[in-house]
Amino acid sequence: MDPQQQSAIQGAKVLMVGAGGIGCELLKTLALSGFHDIHIIDMDTIEVSNLNRQFLFRRSHVGQSKAKVARDAVLRFRPHINIRSYHANVKNPEFDVDFFKQFDVVLNGLDNLDARRHVNRLCLAADVPLVESGTTGFLGQVTVHVKGKTECYECQTKPTPKTYPVCTITSTPTKFVHCIVWAKDLLFAKLFGDKNQDNDLNVRAKKEASSSKETEDVFERAEDEDIEQYGRKIYDHVFGYNIEAALSNEETWKNRTRPRPIYSKEVLPESLTQKNGSTQNCSATDVDDSTVSAMPLLGLKNPQELWGLTQNSLVFIEALKLFFAKRKKEIGHLTFDKDDQLAVEFVTAAANIRAESFGIPLHSLFEAKGIAGNIVHAVATTNAIVAGLIVIEAIKVLKKDEDKYRMTYCLEHPSRKMLLMPVEPFEPNPSCYVCSKTPLVLEINTQKSKLRDLVDKIVKAKLGMNLPLIMHGASLLYEVGDDLDDIMVANYNANLEKFLSELPSPVINGSTLTVEDLQQELSCKINVKHREEFDEEKEPEGMVLSGWTQSPPTKGESASTSKNESDVDVTESSSGPEIASKKRRLSETEPKNHKRETENVEGEDDDYLMEIEDDDLTEIENPMTVSKKKKRVA
Amino acid sequence: MDGEELTEQETALYDRQIRVWGANAQRRLTKSHILVSGIKGTVAEFCKNIVLAGVGSVTLMDDSLVTEESLNANFLIPPDENAYKGKTVAEICCDSLKDFNPMVLVSVEKGDLSARSTEFFEKFDVVVIGYGSLATKKAVNEKCRKLSKRVAFYTVDCRDSCGEIFVDLQDYKYTKKKLEEKVECELNFPSFQEAVSVPWKPIPRRTAKLYFAMRVIEVFEENEGRKHGECSLLDLPTVLEIKKKLCEANSVSESHVPDSLLERLITGTIEFPPACAIVGGILAQEVIKAVSGKGEPLKNFFYYDAQDGKGVMEDISNSFTS
Ligand SMILES: [Zn+2]
Repeated sequence: MDPQQQSAIQGAKVLMVGAGGIGCELLKTLALSGFHDIHIIDMDTIEVSNLNRQFLFRRSHVGQSKAKVARDAVLRFRPHINIRSYHANVKNPEFDVDFFKQFDVVLNGLDNLDARRHVNRLCLAADVPLVESGTTGFLGQVTVHVKGKTECYECQTKPTPKTYPVCTITSTPTKFVHCIVWAKDLLFAKLFGDKNQDNDLNVRAKKEASSSKETEDVFERAEDEDIEQYGRKIYDHVFGYNIEAALSNEETWKNRTRPRPIYSKEVLPESLTQKNGSTQNCSATDVDDSTVSAMPLLGLKNPQELWGLTQNSLVFIEALKLFFAKRKKEIGHLTFDKDDQLAVEFVTAAANIRAESFGIPLHSLFEAKGIAGNIVHAVATTNAIVAGLIVIEAIKVLKKDEDKYRMTYCLEHPSRKMLLMPVEPFEPNPSCYVCSKTPLVLEINTQKSKLRDLVDKIVKAKLGMNLPLIMHGASLLYEVGDDLDDIMVANYNANLEKFLSELPSPVINGSTLTVEDLQQELSCKINVKHREEFDEEKEPEGMVLSGWTQSPPTKGESASTSKNESDVDVTESSSGPEIASKKRRLSETEPKNHKRETENVEGEDDDYLMEIEDDDLTEIENPMTVSKKKKRVA
Repeated sequence: MDGEELTEQETALYDRQIRVWGANAQRRLTKSHILVSGIKGTVAEFCKNIVLAGVGSVTLMDDSLVTEESLNANFLIPPDENAYKGKTVAEICCDSLKDFNPMVLVSVEKGDLSARSTEFFEKFDVVVIGYGSLATKKAVNEKCRKLSKRVAFYTVDCRDSCGEIFVDLQDYKYTKKKLEEKVECELNFPSFQEAVSVPWKPIPRRTAKLYFAMRVIEVFEENEGRKHGECSLLDLPTVLEIKKKLCEANSVSESHVPDSLLERLITGTIEFPPACAIVGGILAQEVIKAVSGKGEPLKNFFYYDAQDGKGVMEDISNSFTS
């Protein structure tokens, strides 16, 4: 190794964000490559399903901090280097710009968009280079972001979390994922979660004022009510009565297949108790929550097996019984967790029964778990390769070898003979609201939208701000922080409920708002344009943010899109139109990654969208289009 | 599907990767037996990857004793002299690998790989030779080819920040999904001997220079009786002499193999850990593909060079001449 390289490595102070799949490999490769001073942040603890690739962890470590265990493991083969671990969220205020400034380079091995954006902003504010990475299955990518030299992580718009219109979930599911969202976010939440949360589970049967009180009571279980009877009552209500109620709304079914109501007596014997008196006979003491399971009691072993309607119905009742019999204390504050076996069983069964009702193909528990938990498809090899690529880029950054910076793509099928494809990085996008100061444009109905809508749908969801502050001229409309007094908090809360045009400093057509995040040291201007109407289907949020566009396309790009089709080796299961799309996530070619919905929605309550957790989102750009847009860094 | 189902424990541990390659591929993996010889950085990475992936067994061969140099890119060896004193590299690595995944049987086989009989290789589904000599690679490949069952054969070599993988799957059938259709494909691989004897002249000029450079180094080490990586800048004149002869014999100009590349390969005797991770990762991916029968395999050489960042596949067979 050349001496210049060696001294660059030995003198470097490196921050790693994430000690998961990529993180474990990265920490090992950094240590082997001679890095002496490594800090690592990760808020997660170790789980069994990590062990197949996060090789620094053992079964005995399950439940412990990833950052700490990774540190200890690497110190065993490189005892004399300095590794500092933080079991914390990178978005915590202690990791501020000054914290970031102490590092020579930041290396990301993250699994979610939100944290990636946050780190990108802090790196820009602290002027520290960032090497970013992501993997899905055999696909991976590593990119370099150096302020003023290459594009920042947000120079190109990133896909926002997948959302589905509420109406699709509550009344007109057409895909299995809709049934999963219903089972997880509505039914599971209603039965086992916080009772005070708003919930759209009940179909509003045409203005029948009478039923609202009754239906609420269905979900309440009387102290002495037999659990199985209660379970059957829920079953009949959500799969029978609710479907009938929805069917009565003729308008909805004009162009759709009508669902079939399902009642428990049609699929299950009169009483299940004699057949398997499990719950009553088992002693309810000394059970570990995470191991309670309905499957063994029903003789079901293989999670990849497809259950029929009867089996799903049995699992539904049995899982519900087990929650009440063995996990009663948790009821009222449970949230769905993909590692909670009983919750996965219940959600799988409920989603399948609903799917049956709507004529949607059923899925195995294994598949349902993947969809419900948004599980990343991950293998050790890709993570190891990507970690190696990160270290190579990090060394170039430390040596300030600007001409040699590359974005590298790992491909599953070789393209122009390449399995690892380096591409020159892009220049910063001059209209990026994050790394340049270009104002954004917001079209909104200023008389009908509240400040709260702006904060939730734009400032938090779209701009990814953590601790926002909103100003109109010199007037402060909203801020978040620990140091606010009660009067200010009350003021801001009152503002949240006001329409934009009725704020103390009215926000109307032509107004310019300044939105800041003090932690991220990001500030941007939003020019407000009043608009009366929004298309419910295409603009369901009732407002449109624009102004930060993708990098201007270079000559010939649009012409090349159709040619791409023959260039790209067709990955397993990908389909034509997706390949032709200009810029996309490669992961979308996998059928299990449900795509964003664009389907038509009818009905009256589509005015807001339901969000799906997207913890494991990994964006991978299409290397073919990227390579065609190749631009030299000035 | 053949064989028993995966156990509950296996399904839980391998959950994420089953979502990538499916349960059938995982079943085939858990029944595969892999022989690995020559354990330095890249091979250590490879071993880690296949043990994590959950192959049936891994048999390690490397009787060399642990030295300072072997610690370099090999994270399977703890740097504690008391722990590794008197033990072979294979023995130490075996202990570390067992720990990664208790469901994989990891063992050590002593002795010289090239002295093994043809029957010895029958126990394995995959044979990987790391940093082998030209003679060993040829001999073991021929033995594998004599067996009635197909043994997938791989060699891997890393020098400086460059790596080479060679693959021989003989006559290999696999399924490829094209859109929704499953297509049966067949590939015919040349043996190592055949692949390295392909005349240079008809090989396309855009072919990775590393292919030619590695052949020169191979011949140099063979002629001089050197072990892998036993060379320095002092050997450059001899290496260039060999290059000249090979280029003449193949009727190509000497610019075919850049001197600077040869110099890098003989002086960069210490492995570059990021390159090890990359080449070891690609090799493991290929072995997983071959064992599971899923996906298009690499045919028949792979080159990585950290200097240009490219990882390329080269098909070197007699198809150029025909
Ligand atoms: Zn930017």
